[in-house]
Amino acid sequence: MSDPGWVKITLGDTLATWVFGGAWTIDHAARLAGELSLPEAARARAAVFDLTALAQMDTSGAWLIARLGRALTAAGWQVETREGDPDLAALLRRVAETRDVLPAQPRPRSLGDKIAELGAGVEQVIRDSRDLVAFLGALTLALTRLLLTPWKLRWNAIFAHLEQTGLNALPIIGLINILVGVVLAFQGADQLARFGAQTFTINMLGISILREMAVLLTAIVVAGRSGSAFTAQIGTMQVNEEVDALRTIGLDPMDVLVVPRVLALVIALPLLTFFADMMGLLGGGLMCVVLLDITFGQYMSLLNQAITVDHFWVGMSKAPVFAVLIALVGCFEGLRVSGSAESVGRLTTRSVVEAIFLVIIVDALFSILFSYLGI
Amino acid sequence: MAGTPEIAISLRGIVNRFGAQVVHDGLDLDIRKGEVIGIVGGSGSGKSVLMRTVIGLNRQAAGTVTVLGQRMDLLNDAERSRIEARWGVLFQNGALFSSLTVAENVQAPMREHTDLPKELMDELAALKIRLAGLPAEAGAKYPSQLSGGMKKRAGIARALALDPEILFLDEPTAGLDPIGAAEFDDLIINLQRSLGLTVVMITHDLDSLVAICDRIGVLIDRRIRVGTLAEHLKDEHPWIREYFHGKRARAAGIET
Repeated sequence: MSDPGWVKITLGDTLATWVFGGAWTIDHAARLAGELSLPEAARARAAVFDLTALAQMDTSGAWLIARLGRALTAAGWQVETREGDPDLAALLRRVAETRDVLPAQPRPRSLGDKIAELGAGVEQVIRDSRDLVAFLGALTLALTRLLLTPWKLRWNAIFAHLEQTGLNALPIIGLINILVGVVLAFQGADQLARFGAQTFTINMLGISILREMAVLLTAIVVAGRSGSAFTAQIGTMQVNEEVDALRTIGLDPMDVLVVPRVLALVIALPLLTFFADMMGLLGGGLMCVVLLDITFGQYMSLLNQAITVDHFWVGMSKAPVFAVLIALVGCFEGLRVSGSAESVGRLTTRSVVEAIFLVIIVDALFSILFSYLGI
Repeated sequence: MAGTPEIAISLRGIVNRFGAQVVHDGLDLDIRKGEVIGIVGGSGSGKSVLMRTVIGLNRQAAGTVTVLGQRMDLLNDAERSRIEARWGVLFQNGALFSSLTVAENVQAPMREHTDLPKELMDELAALKIRLAGLPAEAGAKYPSQLSGGMKKRAGIARALALDPEILFLDEPTAGLDPIGAAEFDDLIINLQRSLGLTVVMITHDLDSLVAICDRIGVLIDRRIRVGTLAEHLKDEHPWIREYFHGKRARAAGIET
């Protein structure tokens, strides 16, 4: 590289001279910016910029010189330029002629602005909830229409989603529920032993797994696995304008994208929950065999006495409702993606959080309902 | 600096293949400093692959790439990074970072390669945005709020962030209306003259080729034929004849 940029400043009584030399490039810009300041003390009001010694200059260097020229002119100076290399002079003129360069400073946010933002946020939440309910309505209409004409359903898509959301989720759901069964049995036996009520471990295990744990854990894993996938898939299609393309060829995205996913999940989640029930009871049973000093056969018969089939159906009945919630939120957020790849990421996160939140809220409502019904 | 000074980019014996398909086979190309070279060729003839090979996004199967006198394959990471700071690339759709504003996009290379103070970076970003022909307010906008033409201008502003010596443009005028495309041509030639850039431009736009390119490289039969427009007009190769003598060429004012 050629010699680094330098500036020689001579302040006379009537005339101030800036001699610029060397390479005025972005590599030296940080240092050079510090060397160029307005000469507050100078009495002269005429300046000469001498560019004849400049070896190299890029837009950064030109901007520094042009900025100084502007500041001097604004302070009432006469600035004259002694040009050297015609190319460099042309670049300096081009940069100096560019107007509106100073970026507009954003206004600092006042308390009023923050209150307004809070209000806008609340309004947004209300509008989002209304949109989600409207989407549920549209989905119900589409589902009714398609279930009355089942040959119009996209069975290929439904089976593909069944495989992805159901079959492929078996290992992780199985593992998680075995472990939860083990943990429940272990903790339960430990606590109940203090009252000498160790035999009730099996009652607690069966009821908590069948009624709550299996279906809730399965729904949460599926929300993280499949709800997010729905949002990301549909969102990416939205970014590529594939969803718009579907509309232009006369296909309703609701029929093509949403209904198959919802139906697939409504079929898959109860099946997964059943699998989770079995795995949870298996894991708990293995732990009981170790802790309570019984055989697996004894565990089975104790379990049979401890629980009724109602407990099983309470858990299973929640699964299709959770499935609709997860698929609904996943597809809804996916269709709300607009423009950029960044919004796919943001809405995918939202979809998982919302789906898990709704699943837990609805689970609480189910508990209240079942206690009223005395089941 | 090593190498011959008047050549900015030199390719020797470049071979690129994807599976059984050979895209380039022994391609040689010299790009001179300060020229505007247009690269044309049919779809699938490897225009973008050629550009990606030069900027190191695609590793050639054989051959050497020399940029600004440096053999790219012999450089270590630090030396590569120094060379990379001396070129700017405009991708086909701008490839702006969607989570950053336009001004932050322009500042991204500056943050990586320089230690300028924040305030000076703001001013330089605003300057580049104006030089690229965007209004000053565009700096605070996000890419998704811009039209296609504005995205390309913002992409140019980012490509110019470090005052590169070489500018790579991948179909800069594709998708622009004719007026916007003509303005873009003016912008490129204007920047090229005032900043002394070497411009490598992939294009299908015959108007751009005529208006701003000093030389044209035609990718054909896995090699490249470089020449001025007048030389290509005399070429007897059927594809080149068709390209420069076709209906669209006549519409662009290329006289036969």
